[in-house]
Amino acid sequence: MNDTVTAGTTGDTPQPGPRPGDADDAEDVSEPTTRPNRRWGARLPLLCTLFGAGLLVSVICGVALGPTGIPFGKTVELLYRALRGGVVPAEDAGLYYIIWDVRLPRVLLAAVVGAGLSTVGVATQAMVRNALADPFVLGISSGASVGASAVALYGILGALGLYALSTAAFLGALGATALVYLIARTSDGLTPLRLILTGTAMSYGFSAVTTLLIFQSPNGNAAKSVMFWLLGSLGGVTWRSLPVATLVVCCGIGYLLLSGNRLNALAMGDETATTLGVDPAKFRRELFVLAAAVTGVLVAVSGAVGFVGLMLPHLVRLLVGADHRRVLPLTPLAGAVFLVWTDVLARTVAAPEQLPLGVITAAIGVPCFLLLLRRRGATLGGR
Amino acid sequence: MDLELREVAVSAAGERIVEDVNLRVPSGGLVGLVGPNGSGKSSTLRCVYRTMRPDRGSIRLGGRNLVAMSLRESARLTAALPQESRSEFDFTVTEVVEMGRTPHRESTLKPNGYGPIEALRAVDCLHLAERGIVSLSGGEKQRVLIARALVQRPELLVLDEPTNHLDIRHQLEVLSLVRRLGITTLTALHDLNLAAAWCDHIHVLQRGRVVAGGPPGEVLTPETIGAVFGVRVHVVEHPETRVPQLLFAPAETTGT
Repeated sequence: MNDTVTAGTTGDTPQPGPRPGDADDAEDVSEPTTRPNRRWGARLPLLCTLFGAGLLVSVICGVALGPTGIPFGKTVELLYRALRGGVVPAEDAGLYYIIWDVRLPRVLLAAVVGAGLSTVGVATQAMVRNALADPFVLGISSGASVGASAVALYGILGALGLYALSTAAFLGALGATALVYLIARTSDGLTPLRLILTGTAMSYGFSAVTTLLIFQSPNGNAAKSVMFWLLGSLGGVTWRSLPVATLVVCCGIGYLLLSGNRLNALAMGDETATTLGVDPAKFRRELFVLAAAVTGVLVAVSGAVGFVGLMLPHLVRLLVGADHRRVLPLTPLAGAVFLVWTDVLARTVAAPEQLPLGVITAAIGVPCFLLLLRRRGATLGGR
Repeated sequence: MDLELREVAVSAAGERIVEDVNLRVPSGGLVGLVGPNGSGKSSTLRCVYRTMRPDRGSIRLGGRNLVAMSLRESARLTAALPQESRSEFDFTVTEVVEMGRTPHRESTLKPNGYGPIEALRAVDCLHLAERGIVSLSGGEKQRVLIARALVQRPELLVLDEPTNHLDIRHQLEVLSLVRRLGITTLTALHDLNLAAAWCDHIHVLQRGRVVAGGPPGEVLTPETIGAVFGVRVHVVEHPETRVPQLLFAPAETTGT
């Protein structure tokens, strides 16, 4: 179909200044524009399939691996029984409990957090038009940490029991973003540089508050647990953590998948976006709310996992180029796979101790990132 | 479609920078805006491509009020090359050109217009299709952006200094391409001689007002240009094209 269409179009174009109404077959003629670019186009479906399959395998591995190693075959069998409602033999009850109640929710949440943070990273980078931005540039993580440390150190919101920490973190994140938004806003809307500078400055402020809270705290152990939480952790995750986070992340990803063209336009600059029919101020506001909501929810369930939102978008761009129409489908899959394995490492490397996720992502991320910087200096603002 | 600006006034940061601009671009015509730095050329163009909002006055394209349209609607009719344009993201040339489709749906695209491949061929950049936009020279990039504008299949082209940073050959090529396209075009130009050679009409702006307008031969006179730019001007005729060409000398050496 494409071939005949291209031939027709080529024949039509040499006359300059086409007038509307010359022909009625608009649908046919416009077809070639949707043809993907040769450099990357063909690889996208293949890569999505690969990463999708990889995610499935990763989840199963993530459930099988841990301080109590469970054979791969056994894991698959028990997961299958759990999903199909089969009967579990009595001797496997303990393993079943570990798989279904301890590991699976944790692994799935890792996938959700990875998918969410990396996708929001893409949106944030386009929003502030800076390839070195990540979701935390808006002050979200540092705001959340103020809330979380207030709970952990002083027992604020004690009435909420187990949910006190995540609730406080979420409220802190929202409060911080609202503050950043109000300060960065001008009569022209949100401008990228102002947004970055405000976010960065506010982050320092919030971090200072957190540090002050820790130093003033009467409880030394609590300080350590706050630190651990700040670096990201999926310890103690239950099924109850999943629905809200999954819903929010899916909505966010869905919205962004439909906005690929607009993100491309915004990445080219505000004036260009306007001439392409995209209102940069309005779109940036939407992205800001989306980034704040998704990141806030994720920070509440998993702490502030660094580097995922910064690095994964870049790795995906290496594979499929900069076009958001291709970056967005692949990023959540890649991010999910990445964080599932990060979590596996976090609980196996120093078992029975668990490492914070941020330590692992930094250990992998920093070298990767420096390598990237050397290879693609020009596009990252060097030159 | 013809473009008509009537009594357009624009402010930035509380200050009036464009006052009572009236001008008309006939359908298929190429009209130039010239004037010193800060005379309001870019602001006038920005009102047309919608990144600034006029305080008053009307801007009509084919009789329809551009300012009242949604951005998406006006982007389907108007393509622009703003002055800014540097992306941190290394889109390929094809991807950039495809962005011209952003405001459109299948049903809103004019038939028989340019697709990305044809547009790249028209600006002689098909060989760059797979290159990254960041790696292009200024001239190549400008031509690629014109290709993007073509893919937008506009009724009106708005260009802000399209020959900026281009060497002389590419300056001539870009303008002759715009001329050949036959799309209604309003462009700001720094180079008065280019304006003389390519524009149907020229409007001279000074401190936000149109101080002269008409065919190049009537507008680019030693008196007008000398007064507006504060230089001495001699007009000679191009021996081959018969177009008036301006030669300049600094004002301070005048005897008057």
